[in-house]
Amino acid sequence: MRTWHLLWQQLRRYPSALVGLALIGLFVALSLYAVLAIPYREALLLWRGGEQWQDYPRNAAPAWTNWWRRSKLPETIVVRESSAEATVEETFPDGRRLRMTLAFPYGYGEFPQEMNLFVEADFIESRPFASLLWQTPDGRQFDLGTYRLRGRERISLSQNRDLARRLGAPAHIALLSEPGARPLELTGRVLPGEHRLILDLVMFEDDAEVSTKLISYGRVHGLAGTDHQRRDLMVALLWGTPIALAFGLLAAVGTTVTTLVVAAAGVWLGGWIDAAIQRITEVNMILPMLPVLVMVGALYSRSIWVMLGVVVLFGIFSAGIKMYRAMLLPVRDAPYIEAARAYGAGHWRIILRYMIPRVLPVLIPAFVTLIPSFVFLEASLAVLGLGDPVLPTWGKILNDAQSEGALYNGYYYWVVAPAVMLMLSGLGFAMLGFAMDRIFNPRLRAG
Amino acid sequence: MPDNSQAPVGAAPGSGIWRNLRRLALFTVFRLVALFATVVVGVYLAIFIANMGGMVDQLREAQIRAETAEAVRAEDAFRDLTPLERNQVIEERVQRERARLRLDEPFVVRSIDYLRQAISLNLGRAEYMHSDSGSHRVYSIIGERLPATLLLFGAANLLVFTVSLWLALWLSRNYGGRLDRLVVALAPTSAAPGWFYGIFLILLFSFVLPLLPAGGMVSAPVPETAFGYARSVLRHMALPLLAMFVSSIFVSVYSWRTFFLIYSSEDYVEMARAKGLPPRLIERRYILRPTLPPILTSFALMLIGLWGGAIILEQVFNWPGLGTLVFQAVGHRDTPVIIGTVVIFAYLLAATVFVLDILYAILDPRVRLTGGGR
Repeated sequence: MRTWHLLWQQLRRYPSALVGLALIGLFVALSLYAVLAIPYREALLLWRGGEQWQDYPRNAAPAWTNWWRRSKLPETIVVRESSAEATVEETFPDGRRLRMTLAFPYGYGEFPQEMNLFVEADFIESRPFASLLWQTPDGRQFDLGTYRLRGRERISLSQNRDLARRLGAPAHIALLSEPGARPLELTGRVLPGEHRLILDLVMFEDDAEVSTKLISYGRVHGLAGTDHQRRDLMVALLWGTPIALAFGLLAAVGTTVTTLVVAAAGVWLGGWIDAAIQRITEVNMILPMLPVLVMVGALYSRSIWVMLGVVVLFGIFSAGIKMYRAMLLPVRDAPYIEAARAYGAGHWRIILRYMIPRVLPVLIPAFVTLIPSFVFLEASLAVLGLGDPVLPTWGKILNDAQSEGALYNGYYYWVVAPAVMLMLSGLGFAMLGFAMDRIFNPRLRAG
Repeated sequence: MPDNSQAPVGAAPGSGIWRNLRRLALFTVFRLVALFATVVVGVYLAIFIANMGGMVDQLREAQIRAETAEAVRAEDAFRDLTPLERNQVIEERVQRERARLRLDEPFVVRSIDYLRQAISLNLGRAEYMHSDSGSHRVYSIIGERLPATLLLFGAANLLVFTVSLWLALWLSRNYGGRLDRLVVALAPTSAAPGWFYGIFLILLFSFVLPLLPAGGMVSAPVPETAFGYARSVLRHMALPLLAMFVSSIFVSVYSWRTFFLIYSSEDYVEMARAKGLPPRLIERRYILRPTLPPILTSFALMLIGLWGGAIILEQVFNWPGLGTLVFQAVGHRDTPVIIGTVVIFAYLLAATVFVLDILYAILDPRVRLTGGGR
């Protein structure tokens, strides 16, 4: 307790240490929030993608990018309606004809990204008919075709080529556009006001019901935007935090602690054990770590925990052993260890309780500065396409962005957000580590 | 191994240069044997890992079987055979292919053979990959990529090394100044690797301000004049070079500066100052001279580090170097290429360590006299 207090007293004098601590605190809070707000299983399911994201736009920028835009980009608008609330026009034996009106107020100056109509029809045998009609605020009407409904259906208005040819432009532009001087001429400006989508339904069963959902996909979404699979990037940004911290921390602990114990054991026990440790370290220096990791990822498993295991395994006999050995050699002959031996302390007691604590001050700052390098290692593997297959991580966002040519297509937020997270977490640990280095090793304080 | 650095320096009396030489020769032989053993073990481990302990063989066999079956089925000559006969033909061909690739022998036997060939630098032929000129020889494949890696990483590392040493020496003389504080404050930014800065540099200089190419080594079509070629390569080099420079310069300057500061506060330096020696002389004879071995070590290790380049940086910038080669080789499971790069790296490292040992013996009289120790 006292030592912690003393450490805090010292750290307080370094602004960089305080900034680092604040950043680390922020990331710890963020990981707690992520784990509590989105349970692990749910996060994996969400990141798998698919139909659950169908209401989200594709490659939408974060909503806050509108702050500096003169003409605001639209957000996603969802209008729902069901036949239960629609006006019945006519009933006939075993069926009815009714009219559903989806009011669609549109006030943005820019066109949406895409428009889809989702129709869910509940019937037993006879498929209902639906004819679609678009009404603009100035009273023009466009026939959007007639459909025979299946159970669940996505009527893609924007990707309907025939419709686009008939209207002169993809539906989401043509329908919302201001009319030109001649018919079918488009000005390229949005006609604001209440547009209406009218569905004339004919149902041939008494209990048949139809519910619809008109989605005008926005070009901005949420705090983080979305990717090419319509997934909200926030999921991976949030969940990437605990994963990055866990990976960095575990790898750093796994490599530094084992390395130190092995080095101390070698120095204390000496003889063939020390020689063996030295030789293993030299052999290990020859093996290139990253290619081995790439091999493990390509041939065996891309699970992040397998990668962690390999990293720790290679980290045990790292070049750090040589450094610790140099520090521990003078400790071995220190009088207090002689004293410990005199009262009968065993080998392990001497190694763990007497030798290692002596060099810990040097180790702790190195340990803190090591964490970001492992966080970045995870990202590096992911950028190479060897990221964990199921987990949402920062590196995997970067990898997706790279393979989709995000920078080339101008989706800079897709790269910037995970990069900023990586950079800030790296900076947090590095700033704290560098400050601790100066506290624990007073000789560095000269400057 | 006993701790030699503790041995008394006076162990070698002036009784003769011969004794020193004999010791040096003994030490040399011992180091050579130890280093060679290290290389052998390291290379064998690399062979074992690259084959996943024989797991790659199973994958390869399955692939051979599938390909042969496909080929036999497609061939008109075998159209009329019964399925049984056709299976026989397939089986026969698979066995022949297995024998050709020596997959019918146990992995342990083959791995020893691979090791023998690798150690004698007989790198053999790649299984799938080939060089741009169409050769399957591992030497040609590596040889084709080596200049690209050496050019980019050699330039970057030399630049970082010289600039950081020079700046660190200057800062250690003027520590506490504004520039010094700036370097200390910026040192943590080196937590991010080069490719990370690379992404931003590409964003900034290739897309926002389209000044420089985003990737590759030379523009297409390849410029015809030598001058145009050099210009194009330089333009392509600029961004990756800058990325590496930015990512490592601050921490490099910081650590060298601290290193020099520690040495310049030694008692003998204070003594020299007290004597009133000129600062230039102090710097050269009292600070640089004793710090020469560590500087040399890090310089040599930096040179070694050039081998293999950096997989990710090369991937991000689409640089056709050794890193990309290794990455592709792993993707193709082309073990001869992977092992080839590891073997050359191992030999280079061993040679460097050996040269360093000798250099240490020359530079540091203590090592020379006590028979060496690390």
